[in-house]
Amino acid sequence: MVTTTPLEAELLELAGSVPDPELPVLTLRELGVVRAVHARGADAVEVELTPTYTGCPAVEAMSLDIERVLREHGVREVTVRRVLAPAWSTDDITDEGRRKLREFGIAPPRVRSASGPVRVELGPTRTHSAPREEDLGPVRCPHCGSAETELLSRFSSTACKALRRCLACREPFDHFKEL
Amino acid sequence: MTATPAKDTTPAKDTAPTTAALALGDDALVLSHRLGEWAGHAPVLEEEVALANIALDLLGQARVLLSMAGDEDELAYLREERAFRNLQLVEQPNGDFAHTIVRQLYFSTYQYLLHTELAAGDGPFAPLAAKAVKEVAYHRDHAEQWTLRLGDGTDESHTRMQRAVDALWRYTGEMFQPVEGLDADWTGLETAWLERIGEILRRATLTVPEGPRTGAWAAGAGRQGLHTEPFGRMLAEMQHLHRSHPGATW
Repeated sequence: MVTTTPLEAELLELAGSVPDPELPVLTLRELGVVRAVHARGADAVEVELTPTYTGCPAVEAMSLDIERVLREHGVREVTVRRVLAPAWSTDDITDEGRRKLREFGIAPPRVRSASGPVRVELGPTRTHSAPREEDLGPVRCPHCGSAETELLSRFSSTACKALRRCLACREPFDHFKEL
Repeated sequence: MTATPAKDTTPAKDTAPTTAALALGDDALVLSHRLGEWAGHAPVLEEEVALANIALDLLGQARVLLSMAGDEDELAYLREERAFRNLQLVEQPNGDFAHTIVRQLYFSTYQYLLHTELAAGDGPFAPLAAKAVKEVAYHRDHAEQWTLRLGDGTDESHTRMQRAVDALWRYTGEMFQPVEGLDADWTGLETAWLERIGEILRRATLTVPEGPRTGAWAAGAGRQGLHTEPFGRMLAEMQHLHRSHPGATW
């Protein structure tokens, strides 16, 4: 275990304060994507950033924002390194991050006990009528809090979200999918 | 193009990890491109978004994998058809929506099983596989739910699904040919794949085909660089911008 210097802790705080380019209510720290900051000599640092999804196009914007913030703080050389392992999970989103998502109108991901695919319900087909059970409890409407919501599409405005509709207040909303 | 000497994009040393990175990377790249062709043509807006998101996941995987084998852009845009190592399954044209869904079902089930196994090992592909398997779980779920919905849907959707299930069956045997550099139990993967696909098709009231899973002709040789006729046209479209404007940037 490498010990973190006070400077590294300070820079990690700074890098983590950068807002997410697609969900600006969240900081990168709340999203859980900034893994570490390592000082490399007098005024050079390396930042470890992990993508939410492998193909997440926001990673490049995040890297540029981190570089800018740290340079403004006097760091001459900033390298942002993309790390894949351990794979990011929605469980890495902080409680504060979840609260902010809800306030922003996005149902936060449910906390998962084990990895594996999340089952989603299927409406009736010709020979089957019973919907499948959900394992993680209901997705609550971020607007009115109702647990009665339905899936409209597994993929929404970004790969990390699904589109749902509240059956109580009828509002459609995004749900940050468990990953 | 005479001013720019053709770059030799063949890796200098054809090491096993490179062969494997190209096989997996080309699968992801080619299927990503095929799914991208749905943009502007999907039956409903939600599906347009879903297919584009799946394509984006695959493109992200392809970038990581191809970067392990060389320069991602050169590999994607400057290789000739015979240098691609993807399965023939993923290069098959989209066809109707049923055709696309069955291709997704066959491939995502394979990818899920393979990446689960690679993620559990300690080889060079473990980090990417651990990441990708979580994304692919959603792709597989998407394909399975549509298979149930359409197979067990109207007479028309059932007929189209069965047609697609039968038509693509001959390309599924190739998935389980061992790839150099990938430490996997290929026979075990094939058994698990057949079990899962059989269960989903039966639940969807579809019939599991009985025909061969490779053709008497060249089907099953994508990993060796032999591709089906539509692939050349797909590549021409995918590569023409990069080749017409070498070095162009946004």
